[in-house]
Amino acid sequence: MNNAQFAPWEDPAAKPLIEFKGVTKNYGTFTAIDNIDLKIYPREFFALLGPSGCGKTTLMRMLGGFETVTKGSITIDGEDMAGIPPNKRAVNMMFQSYALFPHLSVADNLAFGLKRSDMPKSEIQGRVEEMLRLVKLQKFAGRKPHQLSGGQKQRVALARALAKAPKLLLLDEPLGALDKKLRQETQFELMDIQEKTGTTFVIVTHDQEEAMTVASRIAVMDDGKLVQVDTPDRIYEAPNSVYVADFIGDVNIIEGGVSNVSGEAAELSWSEGKPAIKGVSGERIQKGSSGAFAIRPEKIAISRDKPVDVHNCVQGVVEDIAYLGNMSTYYVRLDNGSLIKAQTANSRRIARRGLTWEDSVWLSWTDTAGIILPT
Amino acid sequence: MRKLSWFNVVSLTFGFAFLYIPMVILVVYSFNESKLVTVWAGFSTKWYGELMQNEAFLDAAWVTLKVAVISSTIATVLGTMAAFVLVRSGRFFGRTLFSGMIYAPLVMPEVITGLSLLLLFIAIGMDRGVMTIVLAHGTFSMCYVSVVVSSRMATFDESLEEAAMDLGCTGWDAFKSVTLPIISPAVISGWLLAFTLSLDDLVIASFTAGPSATTLPIKIFSSVRLGVSPEINALSTIIIALVAIGVITASIASKRAIVRQRRDEQVAR
Repeated sequence: MNNAQFAPWEDPAAKPLIEFKGVTKNYGTFTAIDNIDLKIYPREFFALLGPSGCGKTTLMRMLGGFETVTKGSITIDGEDMAGIPPNKRAVNMMFQSYALFPHLSVADNLAFGLKRSDMPKSEIQGRVEEMLRLVKLQKFAGRKPHQLSGGQKQRVALARALAKAPKLLLLDEPLGALDKKLRQETQFELMDIQEKTGTTFVIVTHDQEEAMTVASRIAVMDDGKLVQVDTPDRIYEAPNSVYVADFIGDVNIIEGGVSNVSGEAAELSWSEGKPAIKGVSGERIQKGSSGAFAIRPEKIAISRDKPVDVHNCVQGVVEDIAYLGNMSTYYVRLDNGSLIKAQTANSRRIARRGLTWEDSVWLSWTDTAGIILPT
Repeated sequence: MRKLSWFNVVSLTFGFAFLYIPMVILVVYSFNESKLVTVWAGFSTKWYGELMQNEAFLDAAWVTLKVAVISSTIATVLGTMAAFVLVRSGRFFGRTLFSGMIYAPLVMPEVITGLSLLLLFIAIGMDRGVMTIVLAHGTFSMCYVSVVVSSRMATFDESLEEAAMDLGCTGWDAFKSVTLPIISPAVISGWLLAFTLSLDDLVIASFTAGPSATTLPIKIFSSVRLGVSPEINALSTIIIALVAIGVITASIASKRAIVRQRRDEQVAR
């Protein structure tokens, strides 16, 4: 799958697989999901990302049929899902706890859903073997779930959810219980399996790195609302709010007032007597209103001398240096008291030890490196 | 092995003596030749033979067994249903009251339970017999079953049931093919508990039994009042033997299960 070509969300003629229309979910007086409109297209790997309690799991459980909708409608493949129980939906779910049936062997776990479908008995065995091959667990068919390691359990859960060839697979924090190294390997396996089977995946996660790695599009949620729905690179490079910029990756935020907006470019005055910062104009910013300049640490250059030909440059003092091996992060205190992080890749083995604590340095960035957002 | 101090040896001896000397005497005298329970006249198994001829005892034993099996099955079904509702349905109006009421018969004096059931059976004009004992036993042992089953249900991962439904099960199918097999150890121990409660119940049974049906505990109790006969010793010895065999089998089985589980977990690593 080529990501540059796979972009059905930009094609107005594309037919979405899932459509949320004004979906609201209330628990008593608490609003878990607040008037959400969202379209998810076939073959997408869609991530719902947000802090715990933001409603992402509720939204997914609505797709599975485990939660009812208070207001609005959800359609899957053009069919309204209201009142349709989980066992009547062409949707399968991989549970966070894996929910493997402890009294059944791996093969019986995989066959569980098939036995309850209209698949003829003679084909079930073949399908189970196919699924075991897909997740590379052929040798473990006869084992019980408690005889498996965490990673193997995760793969059985995935295979079981895929066995019925659902139109849509829901994954609830599928890698949460795995250690970091295994999680990274499994992320690529997941993407591989998603491509092979052509199933639409909706994944819920609070791990932004995981969402960035696997997803074709990410929906960032906060407080029951969708804050931004976009591709990983757009989410990272062009967040539509300070919340998204802050939630995804590392970011420097400089607050001030929007002093000029002209097309794609904007300026933010942030400190008396200093030239305004130039940046890309974010959505919905207006001249004269308050705004915030957001820039990623790796887009800031650090130097001892004042760089020439660069508009955006500020002076500060190195307060701290974090050496992370592959890169170093410099924490620079500006005159007005704010702390800015600048990151440089340690591409050479012996890093230039040019900068040290208490050094006076210049930070600079290009006019398009950062974005000015409304606050 | 640590050597026990003299104090511990004495405590242990007295403790076990206190527990088991009465039973040892009972067993020994069941093999007594003499008709007098307190006079030893040589070894014999004749009382066992006579017991086998005693229709009244055999009838009572049969009634007891029938009552225990039927009532514990009823109690298991009702108790499991009650446990399911109380654990699963979350908060509803009067939930605390209901769960309190389920447990209340556990602390209720048996005399009260028996008397109230007797009054009920009289009021609705039900003839006392096997049926009334079954209903009475089912009623009071259901609470024990629901305590055992609900403690297992409380730790049951509900996503297992959701997974079953997600894979195409209806609610009942999910319960039957996933929930029930997983909680079955608790259901079985609930049944066994109800079974033993019914077997040795004297108080409630004597309130609800009629002339047509007598359980073994009632029979033993009433015949002892006319004087202890070596036959009763023989009967009690048989019961002790059966219970001992049951307990030993159960503990060996559970020990084996633990060993097997340890081995399985080693395989997983």
